[in-house]
Amino acid sequence: MLFRSFLSALKIRPGKLVLPTALMASLSLMTPAQAETVSTFTLENGLQVVLIEDHRAPVVVQMIWYRAGAADEPAGKSGIAHFLEHLMFKGTDTIPPNAFSAMIEAQGGDDNAFTSWDYTAYFQRIAADRLELVMEMEADRMRNLRMTEEDVTTERQVVLEERSQRTDSDPGALMAEQMRAAQFMNHRYGVPIIGWRHEMEELSRADALAWYTKFYAPNNAILIIAGDADPAQVKEWAEKYYGPILPSPEIGPRLRPQEPPQLAERRLSYADERVSDPYIYRSYLAPERDPGAQKEAAALTILAELLGGDGQTSHLARALQFDSQTAVYSAAYYNGTAIDDTTFGLILVPAPGVSLDEAEAALDAAVADFIAQGPDPAAFARIQTQIRASEIYARDNIRGLAQRYGEGLTIGLSLEDVQAWDDVLASVTIEEVQAVAAQVLDRKNAVTARLLRAEEPPKPETEPSSESPDEAAAEAPAQIPTEETQQ
Amino acid sequence: MTLLSRLGLAFATVLALSLPAKAELNIQEVTSPGGIKAWLVEDHGIPFVALEVVFKGGTSLDSPEARGATYLMTALLEEGAGELDSRGFAEARDSLAASFGFDTGGDSVSVSARILTENRDAAVDLLREALVNPRFDQSAIDRVREQVLSSLRADAKSPEALAPQSFYRQAFGEHPYGSAGEGTIESVTALSRENIQAAHKGALAHDRIYVAASGDITADELAKLLDRLFADLPATGTPMPPRAPWLLEPGVTVETFPSPQSVVFFGHRGIPRDDEDFFAAYILNEAMGGGRFSARLMKEVREKRGLTYGIGTSLAPMDQAELYLGQFSASNDKVAEAIQVVRDEWARVAEEGLTETELSEVKTYLTGSYPLRFVGNGSIANILVGMQMEDLPLDYAVTRNDKIEAVTLEDIARVAKTLFQPEALHFVVVGQPSGL
Repeated sequence: MLFRSFLSALKIRPGKLVLPTALMASLSLMTPAQAETVSTFTLENGLQVVLIEDHRAPVVVQMIWYRAGAADEPAGKSGIAHFLEHLMFKGTDTIPPNAFSAMIEAQGGDDNAFTSWDYTAYFQRIAADRLELVMEMEADRMRNLRMTEEDVTTERQVVLEERSQRTDSDPGALMAEQMRAAQFMNHRYGVPIIGWRHEMEELSRADALAWYTKFYAPNNAILIIAGDADPAQVKEWAEKYYGPILPSPEIGPRLRPQEPPQLAERRLSYADERVSDPYIYRSYLAPERDPGAQKEAAALTILAELLGGDGQTSHLARALQFDSQTAVYSAAYYNGTAIDDTTFGLILVPAPGVSLDEAEAALDAAVADFIAQGPDPAAFARIQTQIRASEIYARDNIRGLAQRYGEGLTIGLSLEDVQAWDDVLASVTIEEVQAVAAQVLDRKNAVTARLLRAEEPPKPETEPSSESPDEAAAEAPAQIPTEETQQ
Repeated sequence: MTLLSRLGLAFATVLALSLPAKAELNIQEVTSPGGIKAWLVEDHGIPFVALEVVFKGGTSLDSPEARGATYLMTALLEEGAGELDSRGFAEARDSLAASFGFDTGGDSVSVSARILTENRDAAVDLLREALVNPRFDQSAIDRVREQVLSSLRADAKSPEALAPQSFYRQAFGEHPYGSAGEGTIESVTALSRENIQAAHKGALAHDRIYVAASGDITADELAKLLDRLFADLPATGTPMPPRAPWLLEPGVTVETFPSPQSVVFFGHRGIPRDDEDFFAAYILNEAMGGGRFSARLMKEVREKRGLTYGIGTSLAPMDQAELYLGQFSASNDKVAEAIQVVRDEWARVAEEGLTETELSEVKTYLTGSYPLRFVGNGSIANILVGMQMEDLPLDYAVTRNDKIEAVTLEDIARVAKTLFQPEALHFVVVGQPSGL
């Protein structure tokens, strides 16, 4: 496997959070470090606070996670969750316009934010003795945001430029957008986080304020403090700054429209003159992590690693890049940290001289072989070793730990669920991986996409190998595809 | 304005911030029995060690006819070594839960490793095989070559790749800096196994090695590890390339590409890392286009005018040339205005320097954020190896903030006049810009 980001060169950005470059990267994203000291309490107004202690260096990370993401947007207002995220940096009664980041930076800190389908989160990394200041500032903008019409107009241009840069300039990203829209027939996961351009252009100050008023409240947020902080002190400041904020009466259960049974395979193709090498991208509808029931998602996580996690040892790499020269690159990805059904993805870049039909037929054969034979026991044993090690490596990164807890709690998992994840992963059996592969890797649930060069018009499909034609995919730029970051 | 008044008070506190980190960051210099040096920060809190190794030289060592050889060679280090073929090597690595990363740039080949304490010796042996006895099997060469070629085809259709390529080609001509280190379709297609083997001998040698470690290892253990890893590498490698010429004329290059946005890559010559005015230049860049939202260009181009999602600049002191670079994307109908804003800001800072407030804010940011970088074994090892590459002293981490503080407003005004050369700027614009 190539060290430099082959994926980034191709502009392929598979599913959320998991970049299928290395096992460690993806597993460690999801593995809590139970060796860390973690404590939690909830304020009377409903704000849950989690402290992850790490006293190796005088540094602290504050993250606030709102249970409000793109999939919570009303129809016709796509992009409002992410747009509001940008506007949150505009100022409050006490923070002058556009001074929020400058004030953090003037303390030697850094800040940013990101939006996903299930959450919007804000963070600062700063010297430990500045924690009180950032807690005061973050609490302040939970309710006291101020923005002018001019702020909104200018910032809307910024997010439109963001869309141009990250999606419209990237055929793979455009393709992935179309693909998700086909994958999710009823759920808002099918709408891009950044928004559809024609709807983004119409987002107003009133839309932003309505979103803000409804969702930005202590009873709809989780506060994570990670690093060199004292529990009693954190509690005192949380009560002082966040405690007085009134809860929102509008917060209810997050019940989104669910997917109906998906009975028909979907296929699409997208041709663009900016495409270099055509490729195949398939996504299957797949179950997510649920409170108290994470086994299936754990098995899928391991399945993704075994099937397409490592460029030298995974099942697809062996079958398609070593035993045959069908593909230049293959990968599988899955991230189960979502509220509702998510996706399991496969990517295949055919070798020169191999047609997309041939490549897809070989991919299907390799998948069928995996389902029939089950995982290689030696490969399965190596994965288990790496799961244990990832717990050790994860402890080196407090920002990563904060991310893990924040993301898990925001989608409705309990602290115990987040902490149990490692054990759940370790408890998955080889048979369970095989079973979940058979269950999920079913093309009735799937969208298969082909990204084509514009000069070779999307042919009506030659001989359907065993499937049919179609399309390609890829995703948005920047490291975490499905998340739009502020900077 | 309680928050703001607090910021005033906080200022003094922040200046002292580096003290705890100074006190705790104990950098040792370790020399192995075989004479290999490394910097070490011991931290036995988590049972693994992060190791960073850099060999100076990198893709600039390629001969013109074998352009891309060093890049492909580095990609192949993990594709089989000693008794193990590609798959065997990867399986051995994964069984140890070790992580090896190999990377290359214009001036370096680098290796980043994370190794568990519980199987350190076995993991080090495996890494040694990759560095000293890589196999370069023809099947692996052919497979990875196809990946490189695919990346190169993608770059040819990527404005973000095309813009810097055009800039460097015009700036450096035939010098290695003037072309992509990955090589060209033609040169990579033609690379032989002998080219790869030669690139390996030329790039990984004792006369250009820099090593740093952080984590669960003692100085004695590290010393032994150094000899085990590196003793069998050759003493000398390929001579370093010559200084690069500067051929770039001021102006605008438009490369037409079908896209709703234009990617802009711009700059002119920069300042050497060992120049006595480097810290003043560093502060100036931070104020102009460093990573902060409050930098001038972010404010002027993004925040006030909404012309871009992001814009940044950076000093790029390389081994054989110095550059001052910037990049952004803007819609085709707005890119001309954005370029004009950059030009205006360039002229303004050259003439006026920074305000006292700006200088003070940037100093506070740089001095306050510096200790925050020293978090985590991987980050620490990475910083330590960078310091050695720049030939900085062992106590640099302790004195660095003082050097930032010592820069005066007069220094800034003086250096701004030479660092920022509005009349020398060259903009490469890839897209379909209007009004240029």
